[in-house]
Amino acid sequence: MTSNGTGPKTLGKVRPHQTQNERLVFEKSSPGKRAYKMPPLDVPAIDAAALLGESHRSEDAELPELSEIEIIRHFTRLSTWNYAIDLGMYPLGSCTMKYNPRVNEAVARIEGLAEAHPYRPDALAQGILEVIELLQRCLIEITGMDAITLQPAAGAHGEFTGILLVRAWHESQGNARRKILIPDSAHGTNPATAAICGYQVENLKSNAEGGIDLEALARQVDEETAALMLTNPSTIGVFESRIHKIADILHAKGSLLYMDGANMNALVGKARPGDFGVDVMHLNLHKTFSTPHGGGGPGSGPVACKAFLERFLPIPVLAQNENGTKCWDYDRPQSVGRVRAFYGNTGMFIRALAYILANGPDGLRQTTEDAVLNANYIRAKLEDLYELPYKTASMHEVVFSDKRQAAKGVKTGDIAKRLIDYGFHPYTVSFPMIVHGALMIEPTESESLEELDLFVDAMRAIAKEVDETPELVKSAPHSTRVGRLDEVQAARKPILRWRPAK
Amino acid sequence: MKMRYLPKSPDERKQMLAEIGAASIADLFAVIPAEYRLDRDLDVPQQMAESEIVNYFRAAGQKNATDYASFLGAGAYRHYRPVIIDSLVQRGEFLTSYTPYQAEITQGTLQAIFEFQTMIAELTGMDVANASMYDGSTGAAEAVMMAVRVTGRHEAVVARTVHPEYREVLATYAKHQGLPAASVGYDRETGRVNLTALEAAVTEETAAVLVQNPNFFGTIEDIPAIAAIAHAKGALLIVSIAEAISLGVVRPPIEADIVSMEAQSFGVALSYGGPFCGVIAAKEQYLRQMPGRLVGQTVDSTGYRGFVLTLSTREQHIRREKATSNICTNQALVALMATIFLTVYGKEGIRELAEHNLAKAAYTAEVLSSQPAAKLLFNGAPRFHEFVLQTSEAPELWGQRLLDEKIVGGLDLGKWYPELENATLWCATEMVTREQIDTAARVLAAGLVEA
Repeated sequence: MTSNGTGPKTLGKVRPHQTQNERLVFEKSSPGKRAYKMPPLDVPAIDAAALLGESHRSEDAELPELSEIEIIRHFTRLSTWNYAIDLGMYPLGSCTMKYNPRVNEAVARIEGLAEAHPYRPDALAQGILEVIELLQRCLIEITGMDAITLQPAAGAHGEFTGILLVRAWHESQGNARRKILIPDSAHGTNPATAAICGYQVENLKSNAEGGIDLEALARQVDEETAALMLTNPSTIGVFESRIHKIADILHAKGSLLYMDGANMNALVGKARPGDFGVDVMHLNLHKTFSTPHGGGGPGSGPVACKAFLERFLPIPVLAQNENGTKCWDYDRPQSVGRVRAFYGNTGMFIRALAYILANGPDGLRQTTEDAVLNANYIRAKLEDLYELPYKTASMHEVVFSDKRQAAKGVKTGDIAKRLIDYGFHPYTVSFPMIVHGALMIEPTESESLEELDLFVDAMRAIAKEVDETPELVKSAPHSTRVGRLDEVQAARKPILRWRPAK
Repeated sequence: MKMRYLPKSPDERKQMLAEIGAASIADLFAVIPAEYRLDRDLDVPQQMAESEIVNYFRAAGQKNATDYASFLGAGAYRHYRPVIIDSLVQRGEFLTSYTPYQAEITQGTLQAIFEFQTMIAELTGMDVANASMYDGSTGAAEAVMMAVRVTGRHEAVVARTVHPEYREVLATYAKHQGLPAASVGYDRETGRVNLTALEAAVTEETAAVLVQNPNFFGTIEDIPAIAAIAHAKGALLIVSIAEAISLGVVRPPIEADIVSMEAQSFGVALSYGGPFCGVIAAKEQYLRQMPGRLVGQTVDSTGYRGFVLTLSTREQHIRREKATSNICTNQALVALMATIFLTVYGKEGIRELAEHNLAKAAYTAEVLSSQPAAKLLFNGAPRFHEFVLQTSEAPELWGQRLLDEKIVGGLDLGKWYPELENATLWCATEMVTREQIDTAARVLAAGLVEA
């Protein structure tokens, strides 16, 4: 069982973990239990049925009834069934699962910030407006752009906002144009976004290095091309070194360069999209700027742009009164409109700014360098056992393929599941689509040499298992409280909620 | 360079570079053309100690003013947040976990979302609910796009009593999809949707009728009557719910086809407007056109119950430009807050909490409207915990007097409803005290008398 054949019995960094069973919260409920107490009502009680008449709810919703200790145990037990960054390396490519500093959580809960109503008068909101203003300034500096909106709620929402800016620009030039070019290596959100913005999606085939094929690009860009949506570094972790040529080709036809900033963790403090020809881009505060993923959200997807797009930014934008105080400006006749109620996921702005303040310019640069160092270390330690489809220099992530293992009948998904047994969250499986059987590994800067070596040991041990005991890998994981789940059954006859027994 | 989040010593960095075969870290960045490399420090504040960071944000919080009573609502509601919500959601296993694509090691998040979906379906009277949307405004826009896919029609009818910012967001989404939205006004006596106007606006081309309940004025709509009008022409009815607590005591919109809800009231901090928690619920037959993630129950290879993300062929990572929505990241941790909140209050508590809100608002409306030269608008229909007050004096004047007494009064509606002169929207949740209400009435009255 040991990875090195000596020492105490262990599989990598883990041992079997005791987990407790826990039923659904509804199955634990029994009538009359409660976990709350309302304070005495200090105004006259009302007769709700009389006040509301036909609009009165006659039947209670079937919500559970439990005591406080049972609720604590319920959710605590559920939590132990999750893997998390706090437990170990979470090398999901393009997801940037880095450490989520706890001071971020503490400051986001400071009373004056957490309890501020969005419609309180600007005069009573100067503290939060200053936080927003400082974050905007930092993000504009980091991206090298001229203006920014923090309103979008997540990355895909940022893409939507960014492409609306593109559309508004072209409309102001007399033609909204018809299509958006998207490389075949792109995230699925890119084409989905182009479609909801009313654009046709035109696929751009990657070249032999997994990058943009400049000749194909030059052929495809025309006066109906609104923009190219480019992820840089690309989803195979490679920097488009001819980025300025890409921008030139687009700009020559009046087309714009949109950058998906999902991989900005490779660039902060080292290179700025605004300096290499990008016109508009989004950031993911929940990737690059350490706000927690929380099991799938909330995120935050600010959009930064060049000055010529500023007048189209969503309303409201942050402005300054003559006396120096901050305010919201709604008088923006050329704005694309509003993309969300209020001002965005403000709680995430606070966390992202706390991260930037903790790092400073030198910390941000070192963070980027460590992220790239870690990815290259993994590459160097595994490229003899796993196929590297593109030999181009890696930035913050490295993409292998399962070519050699697949010859033995073991696929990337199987290797991923086996990695769980070794105490790691899997990498991103089968993406990007340009790599058949992809293993997309992004360690981030948050991993120590010790954790990286354990990961490398695990990946090497699995490669050996593929040769010697492939069935062991194909039937993994073996250490989790549930085995592989029947996804076909889940989709064929969907059970999406609990129902009380009749 | 020392930075406390980075787990490497200088020697380890050197060792790693040697193993990679790089002479220096610069080698690893050589692929970036020299002219685009940043060879200076970023102009951002210098690295701070943790104590400095806390001090910076504390100062910002204080500048924001904390000791004001508030009668603001309008889509963002102040309710008590039980302490265990933050104890539980700050567990690293929830906080620092990713979207549960690897089901075997994310059963905690998956089961909690399944519980959330169940609670939302129960409360709204719908068959199914998704795992969350960004917020109520984007959720409403996505619901309209969903109705377009279901019906194959391309027009929407939207009540003016839907939150104005939700309508603005819908307009932004609809603009580039060839989706005109007709606006329907309200009855000046009741504040409800004008049913005659609605009937005239809904046609055979209408994909959906969008209303809010309780509506932006706090008035409870006649949902069965609105549904009958929509359904008579084959349109879907979408009900947007901005105040989720209302469902404790207000009849759920069971005649609706789709419900888009903002669940912020379920234990989520105001946080100056976000992160909140949207969610879409619907009749089962529309399931395949739902946007967003869904968690379903299944079994593992040995027959144990487990949960997985399901029906993902609707989503962008599979369908790309043909997906039901471009949404990817949602509001999972906020949905967990709502799930814990609803478990704490439970079946009886959510009703009792809603009744307290009803009582506070009824009292507030009564004492404010009994002041001279102040009257309640839309008195002809039932309300939840918001109401519209019309004053003879301009809201800026009494608003400033209230601020002097550390009270934030009702929201001026002039910006969105210029036809309602000197009208303000007030909200009273269980968090306001009788003393604050009485003080507000007294301050208001002072000026009104003088005027």
